Amino acid sequence: MVIVAGKGGVGKTVVTASLARAAASLGLQVLMIDVQGRSSLGRLFDDGELTYETQELFRHASGGTVTGRVLSPDEALVEWLEDHGMKRVARRMAKTGVLEVVATATPGIKDLLVLAKVKQLERAGAADLILIDAPAAGHAITFMQAPASLVETARVGAINRQAQDVLDMLSDRTRCRVILVTLPEETPVNELVETAFALEDEVGLALAPVVVNGVYPVLDGLDGSAPQVAEPAATDLAVAGSLRHRRQTLQSEQTARLAAELPLPQLVLSHRFDGMLEPADIADMAEELLSGIAALPDQVIA
Amino acid sequence: MSTGMTDLVADSRVIVCTGTGGVGKTTTAAAIAIEGARQGRRAVVITIDPARRLADALGLDGLDNDPARIDLEAPGELWAMMLDTKSTFDELVIRYSGDPEQAEGITTNRFYQNVSTALSGTQEYMAMEKLYELNTDERFDLLVVDTPPSRNALDFLEAPNLLTRLLDNRLYRLLTAPGRGVLRAVNTAAQTLLRQLTRVVGAEVVEDAIAFFAAFEGMEDGFKQRAQDVLTLLKSERTAFLLVASPRHDTITEAQHFGGQLHEAGITVRAAVINRMHPFSAAVSADDAEARAESATGPAASWWRALADFQRCAEDERRSVEQFRIDLPGEVELVTVPMLADDVHDLAGLEQVRAALVA
Repeated sequence: MVIVAGKGGVGKTVVTASLARAAASLGLQVLMIDVQGRSSLGRLFDDGELTYETQELFRHASGGTVTGRVLSPDEALVEWLEDHGMKRVARRMAKTGVLEVVATATPGIKDLLVLAKVKQLERAGAADLILIDAPAAGHAITFMQAPASLVETARVGAINRQAQDVLDMLSDRTRCRVILVTLPEETPVNELVETAFALEDEVGLALAPVVVNGVYPVLDGLDGSAPQVAEPAATDLAVAGSLRHRRQTLQSEQTARLAAELPLPQLVLSHRFDGMLEPADIADMAEELLSGIAALPDQVIA
Repeated sequence: MSTGMTDLVADSRVIVCTGTGGVGKTTTAAAIAIEGARQGRRAVVITIDPARRLADALGLDGLDNDPARIDLEAPGELWAMMLDTKSTFDELVIRYSGDPEQAEGITTNRFYQNVSTALSGTQEYMAMEKLYELNTDERFDLLVVDTPPSRNALDFLEAPNLLTRLLDNRLYRLLTAPGRGVLRAVNTAAQTLLRQLTRVVGAEVVEDAIAFFAAFEGMEDGFKQRAQDVLTLLKSERTAFLLVASPRHDTITEAQHFGGQLHEAGITVRAAVINRMHPFSAAVSADDAEARAESATGPAASWWRALADFQRCAEDERRSVEQFRIDLPGEVELVTVPMLADDVHDLAGLEQVRAALVA
């Protein structure tokens, strides 16, 4: 199982979809889980919105498949209560707001139960690879820290046992890895480095290579002056070339800094210039990831 | 376009910057506050979790939960603060508690500590609360507030009701039913519920929750009134909502969804800001530039390729921004900010954004 996490706007969902497609092309049965609802995971496979039911989104000639579903925290909580002998009251508790009190009394319980449900799917052999499109921003850390902190706060009872089980899964590098996604820019890189250390030190999670998304392919020869052309586009040519040159320089500074501060391999995904991402783009990005992975010293995914 | 943004800053008392994560809300909010200061206003920007270098540039250390004046050469003043959710909540409790003991009973309660730090929506609630508090502060006459990244506009409109909703729920009513006394003779239904809860989360946690509800006795009305006042401020004529987005398809779609939600909730979006637009060329199409890149040799090929790539993006961005403009409800000012050569992390960068906003 792989958790894909990163700051808002870095393209986590696109990376999740591309990884899923890459793994399916190797013949794996892949299940993508959207824990927030309303993500575009389904659309990236030319399908509508994902639902609570698992649906098939893509089938590769090798027999590998991509399926997807939503796993919302509220549903996870109700389902867990039902599974633990509270079938009769669970829905009523949700309706009357008592569940909100429970969730407030034990922060992280919903996150824990989402992960517990994933663990259940993993144990049931629901797929060869489960990819979780994690919540954005700061919440990604809280999401993954939930089991560790609940082992501390709920010292006894069913929740404690549950938290312990999930923690075992998270800290077992043969069962769970985290892929952090960033853009080659200062702020996302800073956040990625902070998140990486927090996850490793505080949760004991194993980190897979990081994905640097939206990288401009390097064009050479932009350090000189723009070619002199006698036409209206001359100024725009100069503007575009020097802006591209400046952004290329910044992005190589940032990826170099990332490499220096975080000793993890990097997989690079090129910036897409052609507007709305479509299934064909996801196929390209899957290829790009696969060749990036092939170039790594050893096999790290799945 | 220019007068629109300038006027909006001139006419407003409160400007709320909303949008999803990673679209430049904090930067936009700070640039707008700078515009306010340049217009002679005493402007304060309330930021939520700003990027580290920007926070440093604004002199924000987040320690005192109070705005600090920033050195800016302008007829007005620029102040900035970084929201401290927990301290803001503590201050609110202290304000509405009957006496220091009641306040302490609440702030030391573990359930309260969860509410004030980990409960989803608390950050939104406290951002609105801080806004309301600073609205009564005579040091300022323009308040610009950044909002937490959210996929749901209603999160922060509902946020001021967060606590009252919690206090309103069944468990609380059962526990504090009149004539029964809080911890002694709770009725059978409540006892059944409590037993269930204890099985799930343990006795300690349930006791903390009960103590929290008990400690809040008598304070609900104050909080309800306050929540009402905050909403009134948000819906006031002089409060302007700004949608911030990036020109990518998915964030534009999110922004549209956001705008629709605000509209339904009776809130008018006054302006939309689209950040980081790629440079557009009126002189050549992406296809033509690409053809030139294919036929050129040496460095010239790279320059044409750079133009073709950006133009490809820019053409698409203009289409989606145009669609966005058409779909926006009512009279909405739409402003675009070009992608800058450098990432914004100091006053000089913010000044560039400000200039683009009013250009």
